[in-house]
Amino acid sequence: MDLANFLIQLLNSVQYGLLLFMLAAGLTLIFGIMGVVNLAHGSFYMLGAYLAWSLSSLSGSFTVALIGGTALSVMFGLALERLLFRHFYQRDHLDQVLLTFGLIYIFEELRSILWGDDVHGVAIPELLSASIPLTDTLSYPVYRLFISGVCLALALGLYFMISRTRLGMKIRAGAFNRDMTEALGINIKLIHAIVFAMGVALATIAGMVASPISSVYPNMGSQVLIMCFVVVVIGGIGSVRGALISALLVGLVDTFGKVLLPQIAGMLVYMLMAAVLLWKPEGLFKQ
Amino acid sequence: MTTQANLETLPRGLNIALAVGFIALAAFPFASSEFYAQMVARMMILGIFAMSLDLLLGVTGLVSLGHAAFFGIAGYALAFLTPQGEPVSLWWTLPVAVGASAAGAFVIGFFVVRTRGIYFIMVTMAFAQMLYYLFFDNKVLGGSDGIYVNFKPDAHLFDLEDKRVFYYFTLGTLLLVYLFLRRLLWSPFGRSLAGVRVNEHRMRAVGYGTFGYKLAAFTLAGALAGLAGYLWAAQTGFVNPELMGFQMSAHAIMMVILGGMGNFAGAIVGAFAFEWLLHWFKDLPEIGGFNAGKHWQLWMGIFIVLAVTFARRGLLGVLASLGARKERSHD
Repeated sequence: MDLANFLIQLLNSVQYGLLLFMLAAGLTLIFGIMGVVNLAHGSFYMLGAYLAWSLSSLSGSFTVALIGGTALSVMFGLALERLLFRHFYQRDHLDQVLLTFGLIYIFEELRSILWGDDVHGVAIPELLSASIPLTDTLSYPVYRLFISGVCLALALGLYFMISRTRLGMKIRAGAFNRDMTEALGINIKLIHAIVFAMGVALATIAGMVASPISSVYPNMGSQVLIMCFVVVVIGGIGSVRGALISALLVGLVDTFGKVLLPQIAGMLVYMLMAAVLLWKPEGLFKQ
Repeated sequence: MTTQANLETLPRGLNIALAVGFIALAAFPFASSEFYAQMVARMMILGIFAMSLDLLLGVTGLVSLGHAAFFGIAGYALAFLTPQGEPVSLWWTLPVAVGASAAGAFVIGFFVVRTRGIYFIMVTMAFAQMLYYLFFDNKVLGGSDGIYVNFKPDAHLFDLEDKRVFYYFTLGTLLLVYLFLRRLLWSPFGRSLAGVRVNEHRMRAVGYGTFGYKLAAFTLAGALAGLAGYLWAAQTGFVNPELMGFQMSAHAIMMVILGGMGNFAGAIVGAFAFEWLLHWFKDLPEIGGFNAGKHWQLWMGIFIVLAVTFARRGLLGVLASLGARKERSHD
């Protein structure tokens, strides 16, 4: 593998890893703070992709689709939290598993009724459709850099929000001791609603920015959900930093595995997870 | 995790109802069309599968979201062992297939039972999906299309190709597995598993190596799921990766919850109820241009959400509490 090829694969793995991080961050935050295991998280990713497709074909602009889709996903997240998830924070994991499994079915069918079962493509916005030439024959598409950029910006924003702002302080306090935080006069229900909507929005944005390169198809959420689980298990649940490092690790192993060991590429990520489980059953960065 | 055991000792009324149910199942092929007898045979196979999961879910308190993997392994084992042009003997393929599932459960269990709570849920699901994609992506293993099982296993003493014989073979297996698991539940081993569910730390403190107990339960549950998977492959004559899929695992959990977990009878009742409901949803007619049956997942999804939100002890629990209320009103 020469340098240009190596660089391309490296950029691809970082892009894939960052995308996984967007999803895993929401999953791990929702679990870490509210104690809910959410199997329907992959459905939000699918929702994002379908929103990007339908809004960009309606408005003709990918930017409008991104902004409108994000706003819709926040509203969707708030409504879902208020109607269903709020009542499941104190319940068994088993009940949460079943509830969110039922939701997967509902979301899949609503998708099928609203948008049909066809595979769709989303056009890359013109501004970002160029490629950067690396050698005479190899080049790297700007849009993939854009995905990495968006994810990186959101990751930094998330980090800043949680560790440096007043809201972040309340979120951390709520995760640490829910009753004490509430006793201090902080509206914990509002905090939970915000965190949940944020998790939904992160997954939806991931689905939207990924849609031009992944295309839009039924059941696209389930595969990505499994990868998220692997990321969260390796990183240690509840840890956003762990999710970032483990997502990048999974991105590297998956991308380079496909190039170097194509026969067992599908298994490599799971082997990584098994190895981590033997070494640290609670993940690398358990808090 | 739930610490309360759900109807570990079955009230006499329920035991009588179960016996009547068994007699009804034995008489069923004489009273119904072949189509429904086939359907009931499938329900019984799923009943075995659900009971095997109940050993983990209701008895040991391990929420496995990847149990279908072991159902699928034995099914595939039968598919690989059956030659193109002739049947293969039941008497060695059944132990081999069940053994393959047990081995798979042992290896995966070795990694997963050291985790707990939500990790256990995610890790069991991830390993099952790994197997799913392994079979899905590899043409040698049948790929996404799956493999046909052209002949039912040859039992020499009786002919499983006869649908009625197969029905009674399945019914017998169901009864044996149920009696075995009920016996196991009250054995020292079963009591230890229940102890792990109620308080694992205390079990360790009094000197039980809970890792070994959990691994043994996981392996045994995998083997019994394999038994069900073997029968499924033989009955349908076809295996595909969906047998190991996430849906299959989640459906099994739903069966156990629907019936009421921790006593095995609930798992059977739940499997019958769930399959019947699934059949009913898929059979819904077209209403005003809207194909309600095609969108069965919507109804099933809504049903699951409602069931989880409102009915928490399962059908058997509802029945038992109805009985209890009646007794109380006599006082």
